[in-house]
This record gives sequence, C-alpha cells and structure tokens, in this order.
Amino acid sequence: MEKIYYRSSHEYIKADGTTGYVGISEYAAKQLGVVTYVDMPEADDEFGAGEEFGAIESRKAASDLFAPVDCTVLEVNEDLESNPKLINENPLEAWIMKVEISDPSQLDDLMDQEAYDAFCASEQH
Amino acid sequence: MKKTCLHGCHTELEAKMAPFAGYDMPIEYTGLDEEHKAVRTRAGLFDVSHMGEIYVGGPDAAAFVDHVFTNYAAAMADGQVLYGMMTNEDGGTVDDLLVYRISESKFLLVVNASNLDKDFEWVKSHTEGYDVDVRNYSEDCGQLALQGPDSEKVMADVLGIDGSDLAFYTFKILPGNIIVSRTGYTGEDGFEIYAAPGTIVDMWKRLTEAGVQPCGLGCRDTLRFEAGLPLYGDELDNDITPIEAGLGMFVKLDKPGGFIGSDALARQKAEGPRRKLVGLLIDSPATARHGFEVLDLEGAAIGYVTTGYNSLTLGQNIAMALIDARYAPLGSKLQVRIRRKTAPATVVKKRFYIPNYKK
Repeated sequence: MEKIYYRSSHEYIKADGTTGYVGISEYAAKQLGVVTYVDMPEADDEFGAGEEFGAIESRKAASDLFAPVDCTVLEVNEDLESNPKLINENPLEAWIMKVEISDPSQLDDLMDQEAYDAFCASEQH
Repeated sequence: MKKTCLHGCHTELEAKMAPFAGYDMPIEYTGLDEEHKAVRTRAGLFDVSHMGEIYVGGPDAAAFVDHVFTNYAAAMADGQVLYGMMTNEDGGTVDDLLVYRISESKFLLVVNASNLDKDFEWVKSHTEGYDVDVRNYSEDCGQLALQGPDSEKVMADVLGIDGSDLAFYTFKILPGNIIVSRTGYTGEDGFEIYAAPGTIVDMWKRLTEAGVQPCGLGCRDTLRFEAGLPLYGDELDNDITPIEAGLGMFVKLDKPGGFIGSDALARQKAEGPRRKLVGLLIDSPATARHGFEVLDLEGAAIGYVTTGYNSLTLGQNIAMALIDARYAPLGSKLQVRIRRKTAPATVVKKRFYIPNYKK
C-alpha cells in the first residue's frame, strides 16, 4: 500500500514497497510561488539520503532538492520540462523522479503526514 | 529585528515577511508576479520606510555634498533630485543614493537601509573644514513608493495630492513636512512620499483600502532589475566602482574640486575599467542567480552574475553580470554555470525593459 513520507526540507516520497515517487510538498509549492524550472536528475543516477538531486526554481528563488532516502532514479517526470507549473497545480501528483528505494527501513526516519503537518504549522509561527 | 511604521499593516494583510537590512520586511502579499504586473500596468504601493534619510544643513552644505557625492550638487535647483554615488578613495562604491536639494543650505540624502550606519559614519567623518550640520532622520521618517502608470491619478483621487506639476526627479514639500517626489526604482512613472510615521500609516491604509495593490520587496527587485537599475550588494559594492557598473553619467569627474574618489575614478576611466557590468540573455530554462560563474567559450571563469531572473516582461532568463571587460562588447558569446550544467549566454544591453518615465 502506498504511503507518503516527508523530509524536513519539504520533499515527499510516496512509497509502495521499494518503488517511490519524489516531489515537493503542497506547503513548499505554496511558499515557492509559480515554478519556472525544475532541474532534474537523469535515469540511473544514484543518491544517498540527504544528497542533493536537483533544484526547483520560481521567479523568487532556487531551492535545492534532497533525496529522502538512498535511491536509484528509474524515471524523471518529463512533463515538468515543458510545464513546470504542474507542481503548483497539484504537487502530490506532479512527482519529480520515480526511484528504486535501496533500503525501505530508512522511510521510518522521515515524517508521516501528521508529523509533517505539525512541523509546517510550527515553521509558520 | 527592526520594524517599519507599517509593520502592523503588513501582518494584517498576511504578507510573507523576511529579514532585509535588519528589518522584518514584506516580500510579497498576493504573489510576486501579480504585484510586478500591477506596477507595470496600473499602480503598486511599496513600504520603503527602511530607507535611510541623512540631512545635511549649513552654509557649506552644497560644497560638502559635492565633496562626498559623485554627481554635481552645486548645479542643482531647489526642488530637484539627483542620483549618484558616494565613493571611497579607491573609487569603490560606499553607496548609491538620491540627493534632494531643499535649499542652498539644506540637502537630504536618501541612502540604502543596509548601508545607513556605514553612510552616516562616512559622511560625518568627512565634515572637517566644512560648516555643516549632519543628522540622521531615518527613525523619524516613513516612506511610501507609489509606482506605475496610474500613480498620478491614484495619488490625486485617494490622497488629494496633485503631482501633475512635478517633472521626473523633482519634489515639493507639502504642509506637515510631507515630501513628494517624482522618483522610484521600478522603471515606471511614480512617486515617493516621505512623512512622519503616523501620516505614512494613514496614507497606506487609504491607498490599500481604495484597492491599490500592495507590493513587496520581491517584485521591487524584479522591477528594478528589468529596468537595468543597480542594487547595492549586487551591482555595486565597496570594491565595485560606478565606472565598472556603467554609471559614468552620474560621475562628474570634471566638477570643481573633485570629490572623494575622483582621482582614482579618473584614472580608471582613462585606462578603461578591467571589469564591466553587462546584460546577459541566457539560452536555458534555468535561471542564473547572484554569484553564479560566467565562463568564456573555453570554460575559463571571466566573471560572475550579479542578479538574474526569469523575466516576467520578456519571458526569458536574463541576468546582469560583472565580467572581464574584453568580453563586454554586445553580442559576445559566453556561458554561465548553473549548478551542474553550463548554459549559453549572449551579451546584451542591461536595460531589458525601456522605462516609462514622465518626460
């Protein structure tokens, strides 16, 4: 069953077994404003948990993206190349990369939805 | 952190706030793009109360301003505003500023908030031999910027202030010590209003309640950038001269007596600066930001990006960059390093948007 986890730097990973979809949270998309460009990795790239895998840009700023867990890139979301605003429309559907998760037990180090909501609420105040 | 007199208004409007120059300032209200467009097409309202105001008065005021200022203050008329810089002995920029001439013996210097303390010390430390009184009025003074093509009408309709008699870069003083100048930092027509904090808060409320778009520092930066206007800390700094930044028209090297830094700047102008500020058109969907490296076609570093945005008006990635002067001619083909990749770039004019100033 698919479950969503979050990193404190606002990336999510929707994981089902060893397959995961990585993107940015609704909160992060709202903070960033209109997305102008997503700097994506390439298939077969490998990243360690916490390692930078790309960047996301709005007119205001560029934010680095960090891998939530150790993973290998299976596919990137090519729709974002022509239409990066998809991230603003529905960040949880507009994933940036599909990955093979090396060690699913690392997911336990991330926040679940409830913990993440509380985290965002505390960040705002 | 310091707060401007309008801080309560910003939180009431639920602005996104962030620290800037020691102040908790609004970055955006309803969204950067919307605010940027409002200024280009209608009118937008900015809180710029963080700006510093330094008063210079006394019999030698004009001569003293000319001693520390690159432009020519002695030739100013009452009610005129002049843009220029203060430079150090090496020609590096202490700050860029507006000088308001109230009378022959009264001037107001409007400086960047981030440099106010440094500027005030700088000005005070060079008064020897001049009969002048230098004061920092910044804490007692709020400031609004109303910018955009509808500014004159909005100011008349909502505030009852007629600006139609003001030419670009002139000002008048209204009863209650309210200064209204036809100036700004957006590339559009508009006004800046200086007054006591209570008056500024009252004007802000009337304007926003009348539907004028409040605008944050986010779009202030994209607007000034498109118009090719420098920001201290990006295009100007202690080690960047106005000549390198392409601001020579505001540097009067031949004025009587010169000014602090004039010898160094005259030398640099004669020899030609080794670095120049240029505009870059970048052929990439990624944005080149402050500090990113500029490379020649062989990949050698020749400078860095000072400001870069995906331009709303042009729909393209553009930047200003300080580069080796040999690569500065228009049309030069260069590259910019954007994180792990490089993108092709072409040198273009740095005024990306032609300003619509009042003639």
